[in-house]
Amino acid sequence: MLERMHGRLGDVLFTWFLVILGGAVLLIAALMAWELWSGGALAFHHFGFGGFIASSSWDAVKGQFGAWPFLLGTVITSALALTISFVPSLAAAIAIAEYTPPWLGEIIAYLVDLLAALPSVVYGLLGIFVLIPMLRNYIEQPFFTWAITKAPWLLTVLGPPTGIGMMSAVLVLSLMIIPYSSSLARDAIKLVPRSQREAMYALGATRWEVVRLVVLPYARGGIFAGVILALARAIGETMAVTMMIGNGHQLPFSVFGPAATMASVIANEFTEATGDLQMSSLLAIGFLLFLLSLLVNFIADYILRRMTAGEGRK
Amino acid sequence: MKKILIVLFGLFAFAAAQNVSLNGAGASFPYPLYAKYFSEYNKLTGVRVNYQSIGSGGGIRQLFAQTVHFGASDAPLSDDKIAEFEKKFGTKVIHVPTALGAVVPSYNIPGVSDTLKFSGQVIADIYLGKIKKWNDAAIAKLNPGVKLPPLPITVVHRSDGSGTSYIFTEYLSKVSPEWKEKVGKGKSVSWPVGLGGKGNEGVAGLVSQTPGAIGYTELIYAIKNNIKFGAVQNKAGKFVLASLESVKAAADLKDFPQDTRVSLTNTPAPEGYPIASFTWLLLYRDLDKDHAVKSAAEAKAVADLVWWVIHDGQQYNEKLLYAGLPEVAVKISEANLATLRYQGKPVR
Repeated sequence: MLERMHGRLGDVLFTWFLVILGGAVLLIAALMAWELWSGGALAFHHFGFGGFIASSSWDAVKGQFGAWPFLLGTVITSALALTISFVPSLAAAIAIAEYTPPWLGEIIAYLVDLLAALPSVVYGLLGIFVLIPMLRNYIEQPFFTWAITKAPWLLTVLGPPTGIGMMSAVLVLSLMIIPYSSSLARDAIKLVPRSQREAMYALGATRWEVVRLVVLPYARGGIFAGVILALARAIGETMAVTMMIGNGHQLPFSVFGPAATMASVIANEFTEATGDLQMSSLLAIGFLLFLLSLLVNFIADYILRRMTAGEGRK
Repeated sequence: MKKILIVLFGLFAFAAAQNVSLNGAGASFPYPLYAKYFSEYNKLTGVRVNYQSIGSGGGIRQLFAQTVHFGASDAPLSDDKIAEFEKKFGTKVIHVPTALGAVVPSYNIPGVSDTLKFSGQVIADIYLGKIKKWNDAAIAKLNPGVKLPPLPITVVHRSDGSGTSYIFTEYLSKVSPEWKEKVGKGKSVSWPVGLGGKGNEGVAGLVSQTPGAIGYTELIYAIKNNIKFGAVQNKAGKFVLASLESVKAAADLKDFPQDTRVSLTNTPAPEGYPIASFTWLLLYRDLDKDHAVKSAAEAKAVADLVWWVIHDGQQYNEKLLYAGLPEVAVKISEANLATLRYQGKPVR
């Protein structure tokens, strides 16, 4: 009897403990949104919500601020990085879970996960000292000189071939997000029941057919969740991008030329913001970044639900 | 037992007497110098000074929020800010210059080892994107005898807001009407062309990694890291290489304003380097109006500290590669410090 009571009391306490912790997370998220909104209210009021988003002028001297170049920069860099990283990260996941002997798979998995543990400033240094000179000397400049004679119309699309800019930032970003999509995909693939595979093999399927027709469709929910996690990471990445993207916000952006993202402009200008309007505009960008992340998560959740619903019907 | 008590009491009394501690916040550019000042001053007098290098903008904000005994800034308060200060607190703000800094143009041109000469107009045109190649006639004219390659110029600027950018753009605004109209001066401006690097190290990194790049960094950073930089033509027409002497010379002005808020860029001093600036400490003239100052003793401690900084403290400037104050700036600051008051009574 006493034990029962004890157990029940423990249950109640534990429930409350969880409720309070869970509630605190919600509360903190709401507080953050509120703080960013109220901090950015001056800018939203001054330029109008739509006007602030759509304006591409960012000039602290003239007191004109608009989020458009940074919004665009964030969306382009993270979408490109996600696209580039998708195939390698999925390939790594499949290789580890299906193809390699366990000892080798473990080593590869460990190394891939290690990519997530590296501080982003290290990626930035790697970019500046290794990737940028390589890209400049072996890809950007040869391509640029080729374009001068063969396709002059390409030049404005390409931009100055200095190595620093959109392309380098996207490449480093895609390397940085590989572990996020890869490790979730790996776990999802490992969760595919043995019976499913064995059934396929029994029908005479090859290994590749098993992966393509059973494993990937079965694990798509987990794979997709990993992709979204990677996207969220790419949207918010600050340090490495700031070090490599060239921090220019003159539209239009070009492939090799400098660009800027929402996170990078906040990191750059927050400490020495001159005047209330610039400070408020930076917080307003923070609020938009919050909204963008929220939007991505909502869409992801929606798609994930539809996927799992489809699975239930099968 | 009694003895121990007496000793303990004595220790407490000693600790209490030593317990004046002052808070300051602001500019990060003079932080290494201020850290040296305050540690030496602590050894001399026992007064502890906590200085947080949160940036000039932050220093001014803290001064207005009355959380510090003094603020520090690389740019003087604007007329608007001073009017706001006087209206809000009913007292004046005192600017005390402590050291000089300079900004130098650095470049990376493979095959060129000569020290290049620049004029303000040429730097402005490069940063406006009008001069695109190193062998441009305007650059070649200033550098006869130097074989300049037909390499495209990659412009590098600061991506973060900084006093360095402020001094640089203020200079460009003075020497180029087109720059003044199109871009203007500020800690962060809307750069027409180029790549942005974060901090002095970011700019220096991009310049050293990019053949054909030009950038600008603080003189101290350039000297410490052995970065080659060019000479700049001053108002008197002389090409001056930045050094502690030429930067100090830039501030040697005949008509020095009483509030010390003087812009040294494009200085008329004949031997002066044209892209230089003071860095200032900011104080309430009526120290009792600053809520951070809690007693007459603290007010006196602030005044004594600043007095020491512009006199004995100056010996540390050159050791740490900051140019020291010229005589005229010290004299005027002495007069300004004499006006400090606490509840109507002079502090010193």
